[in-house]
Order: sequence, then structure tokens, then C-alpha cells
Amino acid sequence: MDFINAILVLLNYTIVPALTYGSQLALGAIFVTLIYGILRFANFATGDMMSFGTMFAVLLTYYFQSLGINLGIFPTALITIPFATFMMILYMLSIDKFVFEYYRIKKSPPVQLAMVSVGVMFVTQAIIRIIIGPADRIFLDGQKFILKASEFKEMTGLNEGLTIKSTQAITLVVTMIVVSIMFWFLNRTKTGTSMRAYSDNEDLALLSGIDPKRIVLITWIIAGILATIGGILYGLDKSYRPFVYFNNMLPIFAAAIVGGIGNPFGAFLGGYVIAFAEIFLTYAYKKFFTYILPEALEPNSMMQILSTDYKFAVSFSILVIVLLFRPTGIFKGKTL
Amino acid sequence: MRKYEDVITAYTIILLLIGIVGIFQSWSLALTIFNFCLISAVMTIGANIQWGYAGLINFGIMGYTALGGLAVVLVNVPPVKEAWSAGGLSIIFCILIIFTIIFSIQYVLKKLKKSKKRNYIIASIIIFGLIILRLISAPAFENIESVDPARTGFLGGLGLPILFSWIIGGFFAAGVAYIIGKVALGLRADYLAIATLLIAEIIVSIIKHEEWLARGVKNVIGLKKPVPYERDLQSSDWFISLVENLYSSKLSLINSLSERQDFLNQLVIDSSSVFVKLCMALLFLSVVILLLIITQKALYSPWGRKMRAIRDNEEAAKAMGKNVVKEHLLIFILGSAVVGIAGAMMVTNDGLFTPGSYRPMRYTFLIWVMVIVGGTGNNFGAILGGFVVWFLWVEAAPIALFIINLCTSHLPETNEIRVHLINSAPYFRFLMIGIGLLVIMRFRPQGILPEKIIKN
Repeated sequence: MDFINAILVLLNYTIVPALTYGSQLALGAIFVTLIYGILRFANFATGDMMSFGTMFAVLLTYYFQSLGINLGIFPTALITIPFATFMMILYMLSIDKFVFEYYRIKKSPPVQLAMVSVGVMFVTQAIIRIIIGPADRIFLDGQKFILKASEFKEMTGLNEGLTIKSTQAITLVVTMIVVSIMFWFLNRTKTGTSMRAYSDNEDLALLSGIDPKRIVLITWIIAGILATIGGILYGLDKSYRPFVYFNNMLPIFAAAIVGGIGNPFGAFLGGYVIAFAEIFLTYAYKKFFTYILPEALEPNSMMQILSTDYKFAVSFSILVIVLLFRPTGIFKGKTL
Repeated sequence: MRKYEDVITAYTIILLLIGIVGIFQSWSLALTIFNFCLISAVMTIGANIQWGYAGLINFGIMGYTALGGLAVVLVNVPPVKEAWSAGGLSIIFCILIIFTIIFSIQYVLKKLKKSKKRNYIIASIIIFGLIILRLISAPAFENIESVDPARTGFLGGLGLPILFSWIIGGFFAAGVAYIIGKVALGLRADYLAIATLLIAEIIVSIIKHEEWLARGVKNVIGLKKPVPYERDLQSSDWFISLVENLYSSKLSLINSLSERQDFLNQLVIDSSSVFVKLCMALLFLSVVILLLIITQKALYSPWGRKMRAIRDNEEAAKAMGKNVVKEHLLIFILGSAVVGIAGAMMVTNDGLFTPGSYRPMRYTFLIWVMVIVGGTGNNFGAILGGFVVWFLWVEAAPIALFIINLCTSHLPETNEIRVHLINSAPYFRFLMIGIGLLVIMRFRPQGILPEKIIKN
């Protein structure tokens, strides 16, 4: 019985939150990796682009709520996804048209494009703050919990409860759907194959008649979908605050590089690697050990490897270690 | 004279702009802007050494700035005796253990051949060492942090004059840059940018959360300024008579004695703050000029030529027998040290150390915008960039407010859009900086003052 309780403690406080957070990071990381692989630059506006899409979801949620439209037990934000994604793609395409295209045609070095993306980051941040302001916003409605700790305890008669928030379930389900569609698209369709060919060897791809303009267009569309959905899921789970989204860029970068930048599947797994590492290394295992160890050996400290203050630092340290020992990332990405 | 024409014009314009702020807003504000411009200029000199001379992209400026700030605390604050007796010995012991770990790893690396066995030995040394460190340090940290936590709760510093900390700040940043450079410099440009950005974040989070070191997010206040204090000036006779002499014509216009006394008091208060900032400005200006002379000499020396050669064609430089790795490391350390000095200067100017305020937006990306806008590879350009961008950053809100009012003047006062826009005026600074950067990158990628190659 104690063993099951111990497992439940882990499940409740580490595995479920890590899976959720990992999915949100994974979506962002695939976005970074796609831009890096096909447009060939590190996009420092990642966090703010995700924030931009989410902003529309927040505003539209408020609008729909005022009209009385909702999805019952599901959050209203789910209806807004197509509209928000559309706005996001529109924004990305216009940014590409006015800013990035010039450097792409000129074949500027990736560093220059990265610097340009810093400029885009400033502008995007300004637009977001001017439209919606820097405040913290919660736009989750509908049912909050699928499974409450007290209900679970009643059902099973165990000491420990298991809580599953509806946002956690939604995050996992939506991520799985989006990611599997994306991988199906990349691996099975002709357009997807040509995108991968373009990423592997641009000249050869152009030679075999692939239209670069179309590739770029489709990349931005997929990127827009990933960024918006990732942002909305994160915002539903925690809350929407522009500054936090900017900061999220850092673990997302870490996930993309750990997974091997330019490799979408690596980025997907990288998100979970980063999330699990962050949560496992900063979780206080005291309760867990009190269940599995005999009473005489019960720990009296918190049994925490690192304080939770270092949550971000953990993911960055992993990145540094990976860069040191396996510069191509865990799952072979582009060579550095 | 001719070749410096554009430099002189550009500087005159920006100084005139600051002068306009002085006339229309206040001289105290103008001097604050000027001081921060000078600090930013030192940072941009540092970033320009790395990016302009050698093409190294370092997004870790924030980390070195924070290290410089840390140096001020560790040098200037008087030592906290109770904390030292509570946990000082253990801390020294911990430092010794860290050194033992490093040296034993080096010993293993040297003595054993590359094999799985060696990796296991190194891993076990690290893990074993960390466990011992944890066991010794945890109670020591707790003891130190419990010493009068509202006021101290940390080890304190050395109690030395604050100016000394500027040099120490440089050394701190240089030391950390050496380690980071060893780890990260082999990476390709944009990976280096990401890696340094994240490493800087690690540095700041350590400074934020290790409270025994510098109180962390609880901030250190009351750092001693290297210039006279306002309240001392306001009570000293020589300063009052100086102000009286300066404003004698204005004062003589007032007839009533009590009114004149009140006016004089007000003048003394105002000018004391201006005087203090002026002293600061002189200190900062001397640092900037000193650095400018050194960097200018370096840039046009054979060493500077070598750096440009490495930047422009690494392969060719390698073929000519230049040690690219060593030079990159050297320039990474030098640039970081300059940024560390700037960090120390900034904390000195503020008189307080607030680790929570170190954000990548303000301390990394803004500095980079300054370098790009000012002119990469040109020291005058870098400094100018610091001035222009900082001026815009501060004055963007008033400018935006003015423009908004102008554009929406036909709308009624209570119009929702107008109110919303006026409330969000502070965020227009991001817009201006961003658009400025994009425009410069597009139409003048070399910056306002482009790099000048002097050929003999």
C-alpha cells in the first residue's frame, strides 16, 4: 500500500506536471527547430511570437464570453484557436515579407538574421504591450478539474490523492493531435518531404524543382499553428503574462538544442527532457521517501537536490552539458 | 580633422539633445541620462570589442554586468563579523574543497589515458565532492542567513573604497568569462549566442538565490558613493556660498528676505543633486575616455589588425599561423572584463544592488542594439550607440505621449482609444528601439558610424 502511495506522490507532483510542461515546451521547441532548419536562423522572437498568438486567444475569449458563447465544460479558448492561429500566421507572413525576406534573398549570414529577429522581438513585445498591457490574465473557464484529490481518495481509499486538472489533459491531447498531424505531414506528404529536402540541402532541393517561396510560406504556417497552440496551452495551464512568455523562450531554446536543432522529433523529445529534468531535480522527495523507507530511516531533511529557485538554471545547465559532450544534440541534429 | 567630421557632428547632435532635456525638463534629469549614457557606453565598448573586433556574438552581457555589481557589494560593504564567526570557516573550507576537486580532476586528466575508467573516476570525484560540499555548506549557509536577516544575513564584503571595486568587477567578469570561453567558444555563432544567453541566466539566478553571498533578492542598499552626499553638501558653507554666487543676479531680484532665503534653500537642494551627478559624470567620463584611448590604440595596432583578419577570414588567419582559439578566448575575456567594470559603475551610481532587476531585455538585448546601431568595429560608433539608444530608451515615453496627443487631438478626452494609448505610452520605447534596429540593419548595416580601416 505504501508503495502505491509513493508512486502516487511522484505521479501527482512530478510526472503529470512534467508531462504537461514538457508538451508546452515541445510545441515551442518544434517551432524553433523548424525555423532553424528551413529558414536557417535562431529566432529570438520565439517567446513573443507565442505570446502574440495567445494574446488574440485571450481577447477573443473575453469577446466570446461577453456574447455568451462557450463550450460547456471545455475552456472557451479552444474555439478561439483557429482565429488566433489565423492572426498569428498573418502577422508572421507580414513580418517575413517586410523583414526576413530581404536578408534571405541576400543570403545574409545566420547571425545577421538572428540580430534582425531581436529587432522583431522588440517590435512584437511593444505591440503586445500596447494592445493588451503587461498584466497577468487568467482566461481559463469551464470545468477546472477532471479528477480531484478528495474524490480519488474516496474512490480508492488510499492516503494520497491524484489531481488531474482539465488543462493538463487538454494539453496532452491537443499536443498529441497536433504533433502527430505535423509528423504525418512532414514524413508522408509530398510537400513535407520537399520541406525536409530543402532543410537538408538547399541547392539540391532547388535543383530538383522545389519552389522555395512555397516552402517558406508553409513553414511559417506550420510555425504559426505550433506557436499559437503552444502559447494558448501554456496560458490556459498557468496564466497569460507577456513577460513570462519572453522568459519561456530560454527553456524552449534549451529543448530545441538538447534534442538536436533542425530535428523536429528531437525537439519534441527535448521538451520532455528539459521539463522532466527541471521538475525531478527540484522536487522535494521527503514525502516519497517516508512512504517507501522503513520508519527508522525516515529522512528529516527536504531531500531536495536543488532549490526550486534554480528551476530555469537546471535546464540551462543541461544544455551546456549537452553542448559540451554532444554538440549535435541527443538526437543528431545539424552539425555545429 | 577631416576624417573625424562625422564623429564630431554625431556627438554634437546627441549632446545637444541631452542639453534640450536639461533646458525643458531639468538639469538633474539630463545628468542622470548622461550618466547612464556613459555607463551604457562602457558596456558597448565591451560588447564592441567582442563583436566588432573579433565577430564573437556574446549574449551574456547581463551576466557580466551582474558580476560587476556583485563585486561592488563584496568590496565595499563592511564585513559582517557575526556572520563570519557563524559560518565563515565552513565557507573557506568549501572553497578549499572546490579547489581540491578541480585539481584532482586535472590530475586525473593528465595522468590517465582517455578511457571509460577515467570518465568514471572523474564522475565519481565530482559527485562525491558535491555531496561533501552540500553537507558542509548547508548548515553554514543557514547560520549565516539567520544573522540579523532583516539587515545583513550575509558575509559582507571587505569594507574597501568603492572605486576599487570597479577593477575587481572587471576581474570577476574576466575570470568567469575565461571558464565560459573555454566551454562555449568552439560553438558556431548563433549557438554561442544562445549558450551565452543561458549561461548569463544561470549566473544571475545564482546571485539571486545565494543569500549568504550578497543577500540575493533582498537587495543590498546604502553602498557608499565615491562622491559627496547631497545632505552633506546642503549643510556645508562653501557649497551654499557657491550657489549664492552662481545665482546672485537672480537672488538680488527678490526683495523680501525670507522669500530670498526660501529660494536659496530650494536652489541649494536642486544644485546639490546636480553637483553630485556632475561628480559622478566626471568619474564615468574619465573611465570612458581612458577605455576609448586604450581600445583605439589596440584597434589600430598589429594586434587589432590580427583580430580583424581572424574575424574576416578565420581559415586564412589560421593558415597564416595565428592561434585563433587563443585569440578568441583572449578577446572574450577582455570584452567581458570591460562589461564587468560597467556593471560595477552602474551599481555605484545607483548606490544599491538589486539582483532581481537583471533582465536580458535591458542588459543584453538593449546593449546589442546599441552596438549595432552605433557602428560595429568602431569605438566612437559604439559609444555613440550607447548615447543614442539610451537617450531614446528614456525619452521614448515623453516623445510617444507627445505624438499620441498630437494624433488624437481631434478625439474627445474620454475617448477609449485615446485613454488606452496614453496609458500604454511607456511601451512605445520597445517599438521605437525595435523599429530603429530594423531600419538600421536594413539600410545602414554598418551602423551610424561605420568601421574605418586606416591603411598605412
